[in-house]
Amino acid sequence: MSRELTDKPNLNTLTVGDQLPQRQHTPSHVQLMLYNAALWNGHRIHFDEPYTTQVEGYPALVIAGPLLGDWLNQCVESWLNDGGRLTQIDYSNRLATYIGETLTVGGTINRVDLTTREVGIDLFIHNAEGENVAPGTAIALID
Amino acid sequence: MSGLLSPEILANIGKQSEPQRELVTRRDIRKYAIATDNRQQKYLRGDVAPPMFHVPLFWDVVELNQLSPDGVSIDHLLPKFPLEKAMAGGLQIEYHLPMHPGDWVTATRTLTNIYEKEGRSGALIFYEIIMDILNDANQLVIREKTTRILR
Repeated sequence: MSRELTDKPNLNTLTVGDQLPQRQHTPSHVQLMLYNAALWNGHRIHFDEPYTTQVEGYPALVIAGPLLGDWLNQCVESWLNDGGRLTQIDYSNRLATYIGETLTVGGTINRVDLTTREVGIDLFIHNAEGENVAPGTAIALID
Repeated sequence: MSGLLSPEILANIGKQSEPQRELVTRRDIRKYAIATDNRQQKYLRGDVAPPMFHVPLFWDVVELNQLSPDGVSIDHLLPKFPLEKAMAGGLQIEYHLPMHPGDWVTATRTLTNIYEKEGRSGALIFYEIIMDILNDANQLVIREKTTRILR
C-alpha cells in the first residue's frame, strides 16, 4: 500500500512506493507570458493566439516545455523542504499541453540507498485524461 | 539505417559554442521563481537560484532580425539536417553547486552526438548537446544534456 509523504524526508522510514505530495498547476496567460519573458523566449506559440491556432494549428496557446520541467524540479524540492539536495533530474516532453489545462505533478520513490543516502524518484505530469505528458526521474541526496 | 546522415553532417560532432559568461542577479532569480510559481521563500527572495535557473540565464539573446518569423532564434551549433520537424525532446541535468546573486558563471555547449534510428513511421534523427556551466574557480556548477529528435 503506497502512502503519501508529508514531512521532511527521513531516510530510515522511506520506502519504495512512497508518493511525493502532488501539486496542481493551471497556468494563466499572465504566468505563461511572464515565464517566457523571464527566458527571453519569443516563440509565438506561447503568446500569439491567432498565429498559434490558425497558422500552427494548435488548439490553444502551448505551455512552454521547460516550464513543465521546472515543476518536476519543484515537486522534488518541495518534498525535500531543505532536508536534502536534488542532484540529478531527467525528463522528456512527450505531449503538448495548452493554456486552460490543469496539470498534476507528482512522483514515487523507486530506490532508497541507505549507504549513499541517495533516493531515486519516478516523476510524472498528468493531464486531465491521465496521460503522462512529461515523465522523468530524479536523484536526491538526503541529509 | 537509411543513410540520412552524410559525413559532412556527422563532422559536426564535437563542435563547440563560444563560452558565454553571465552574472546571476537577485532580480532575475526573483522573476524566474515568481513566473514558475515556486513556493520556496529562498527562491522568491532571490537568495539562491532555483533548479533550472540556468535555462533563462543562458537563453539566446539575439537581435530581432536574428529571429525566425515564429519568434525562434537559430541554433548555430547545429548543421542543416535532412529532417526538420522537431519531436519530443529530453533533458538531463546534474546539479553540482548552487548559484547565488553576484556569481559569474560560464556556459559552453558542445554538440556531442548525432545518430539516426528507424522509428515506427520512418527514420528519426537524434542529436545531443551537453552544456557545461562553470564558475570563475573553474568548478562544474551544472551539466545539462539535451536530446532532440527530428522526423
